[in-house]
Amino acid sequence: MFCIECFRSNLYGKFRLAVTSHAMITPTDNVLVAFSGGPSSRVALQFVHELQHKSLKNFDASRDRLLPVFRVGVAFIDETTISPLPSRDIDRAIQDIRLIVSNLAPPIKQLHVVPIENIYSGDGTNRLKNLLDAVSDTTGKEDLLLHLQMSSLQKVASESGYNKIVLGLCTSRIACHVISATVKGQGYSLPADIQYVDSRWEIPIVLPLRDCLVQELNMLCHLDGLKTVELLKGPCSGINGLVSSLVRILQEENPSRECTNVRTAGKLTPFHFNRIPESDDSIIPLATRRRQKRYNLKPNESISSESFCPICNSPLNKSDMLRLSNLGSCQTNSDSFGAACCSSCRFEILPKDPSSIDHFYSLLPQPLVARAKRSSYDNLSLLREQIQDCLLSDSEDES
Amino acid sequence: MLRVFRNEGRKGNDRVRKLKWKKARRRSRRRPGPACAVSAIRKGPLSKDLKPYSRECFYEVFEEEIHQVIVENQLFKPRERVAIGASGGKDSTVLAYVLSELNRRHNYGLDLFLLSVDEGITGYRDDSLETVKRNEIQYGLPLKIVSYKDLYGWTMDEIVKMIGLKNNCTFCGVFRRQALDRGAALLKVDKVATGHNADDIAETVLLNILRGDIARLSRCTSIVTGEDGPIPRCKPFKYTYEKEIVMYAYFKRLDYFSTECIYSPNAYRGFAREFIKDLERIRPRAILDIIQSGEDFRISTFTKMPEQGTCERCGYISSQKWCKACVLLEGLNRGLPKLGIGRSRGPNNDHKKGTKETNGAKSIESKQCGTLDF
Repeated sequence: MFCIECFRSNLYGKFRLAVTSHAMITPTDNVLVAFSGGPSSRVALQFVHELQHKSLKNFDASRDRLLPVFRVGVAFIDETTISPLPSRDIDRAIQDIRLIVSNLAPPIKQLHVVPIENIYSGDGTNRLKNLLDAVSDTTGKEDLLLHLQMSSLQKVASESGYNKIVLGLCTSRIACHVISATVKGQGYSLPADIQYVDSRWEIPIVLPLRDCLVQELNMLCHLDGLKTVELLKGPCSGINGLVSSLVRILQEENPSRECTNVRTAGKLTPFHFNRIPESDDSIIPLATRRRQKRYNLKPNESISSESFCPICNSPLNKSDMLRLSNLGSCQTNSDSFGAACCSSCRFEILPKDPSSIDHFYSLLPQPLVARAKRSSYDNLSLLREQIQDCLLSDSEDES
Repeated sequence: MLRVFRNEGRKGNDRVRKLKWKKARRRSRRRPGPACAVSAIRKGPLSKDLKPYSRECFYEVFEEEIHQVIVENQLFKPRERVAIGASGGKDSTVLAYVLSELNRRHNYGLDLFLLSVDEGITGYRDDSLETVKRNEIQYGLPLKIVSYKDLYGWTMDEIVKMIGLKNNCTFCGVFRRQALDRGAALLKVDKVATGHNADDIAETVLLNILRGDIARLSRCTSIVTGEDGPIPRCKPFKYTYEKEIVMYAYFKRLDYFSTECIYSPNAYRGFAREFIKDLERIRPRAILDIIQSGEDFRISTFTKMPEQGTCERCGYISSQKWCKACVLLEGLNRGLPKLGIGRSRGPNNDHKKGTKETNGAKSIESKQCGTLDF
């Protein structure tokens, strides 16, 4: 039981602890907050703003002004073209979002409203629609959309010069992900998705609200009158829907169930990329460097090389790797794309019929295709590394 | 409130299922079903790959799959003595039937036995033991029954009379595990085979996540367990769906007993089981996916495992001074049945404070008690 003030500072404390102990945000950063309008990302945005506001005050008050203030941008992925909702409603929601973001100043934050079809280089509306239509499994379609959202975020962050993406994922959502990943056979890659930091992407992703429950976030929005935008997504269907109702029932029965759930999964061994990559210290000003808290960052003892699924970007498990290496050289791009996917995506997203894989491949946006190409190249060099002992010398292998 | 809600849901589902079943039967009478994928004989049960099979082909595919699992995982060696944990329920009955069939067909060279535990539950175990006794004659497998009364001096009926219907499954579960090991030792077998099916294992994976039990999570999917103990156990049905087992037993008209334990109220069958059934309806392969996830989990080998020792009192394997069965038994004999349940005072943890009962974990416990799947 907390009074409102303590509740607030407790929640903010969890956020700050996550940020500082994992070096999520440093003074030289340019941070992009992914904002969906829901309570979780609303609180993430609010807390990041407060952090920024405080460091601005410190900056103004300090005499030497050595410590810069990190910059913040906001991204909203606009799904008007594929949403069943009338575009009028979405337009209104976007108006609300503009208002929310413009009220969070100073410092001023840039808002990027990014149509999801922008993930294609040209006009991608039809290709996107056809791509989603090509997936027959309901759960698969939902998951593919999530992967596309992530790629869109990456694209906008990369193009606009951000170096971190903040997601509002909270304990409750992660608890659902733990179960649904287990159910989809993604036990191997699961620990990659649920850590505070995930830098397997070009722009690292951080989850500062990982320790907050959705009930707490809802409560904060309610208490502080933080405006959220209710809309956009209907309830999940298929397996994701089933899982979230299971987690909800269990949580009602025992309020600590979600935490236990996430804690269990937290004991699984994370990957080497689940930390902020070491930066070259000479670039960062000394004042910044001195303030970086790195006590939770273990040295990078073992960097295992992983291959990643081009659709969901999750590391491939042993059997997927084995299948990939047994396949040898593939004839077409679409074949090698299919072979590089994890077994979960192969089942729920890739078309079953081999003849329609070509069509599916032709509809894919550039970032996913590029990922497939890179992973097959990585894989080749990985295989080469493994047979290194058997090669006589570097010069002879080509002849 | 929750329980009422869940029961209603189940009743509703049952009704829908019955209706569907009736409809399906009517339909199958009217026109021939899809062609069998193997022999092109029409109509028959469905297997997990969702291809329709005729009855004969289904049997063949089912048995062949079990055979492959046994061979690939090297579950048995020639001339081994193997006890089949037999409760009289569908899983163990099908296991006994299929194992004796495969043993003959593929010359495994195994000496098979049936091993049953008599918990002493009137109106439940006495009836199911009759089934096992009939199985003994039908399959020509020698049967050994070990009873709680002989081993511990208590029947479950007497235990329930003393402690009531709360926590009685804890006693039963702890005693059964040990009883089976003792029975196996009496039979001088090299291995015990149990009827755990894929649904059971998937459920265990989920429960261990929900309970936060990382140590059990790391070993609950292994097909052979207890290799460091005296008698290893294996699960030849690890990849077999419950649905397939029911279908096999039904179409083969195997003699099995299907009643729930009278001391294990329906509510304990819990969320996880319901969830898996719902899941199977949407995506049958999800059960195997859960097992795959369980096998793939990156669990550091440094995760603390309880140290294995032996019980000072009875010599059974135990991580504590006394094994759990001895602690529980001591409580019963001293008239303090709460000893050893939850975080209560006992010889193993004298210094711990107060009695607290673990109700939270109970309500998501799932497998009904009284079956030999432990």
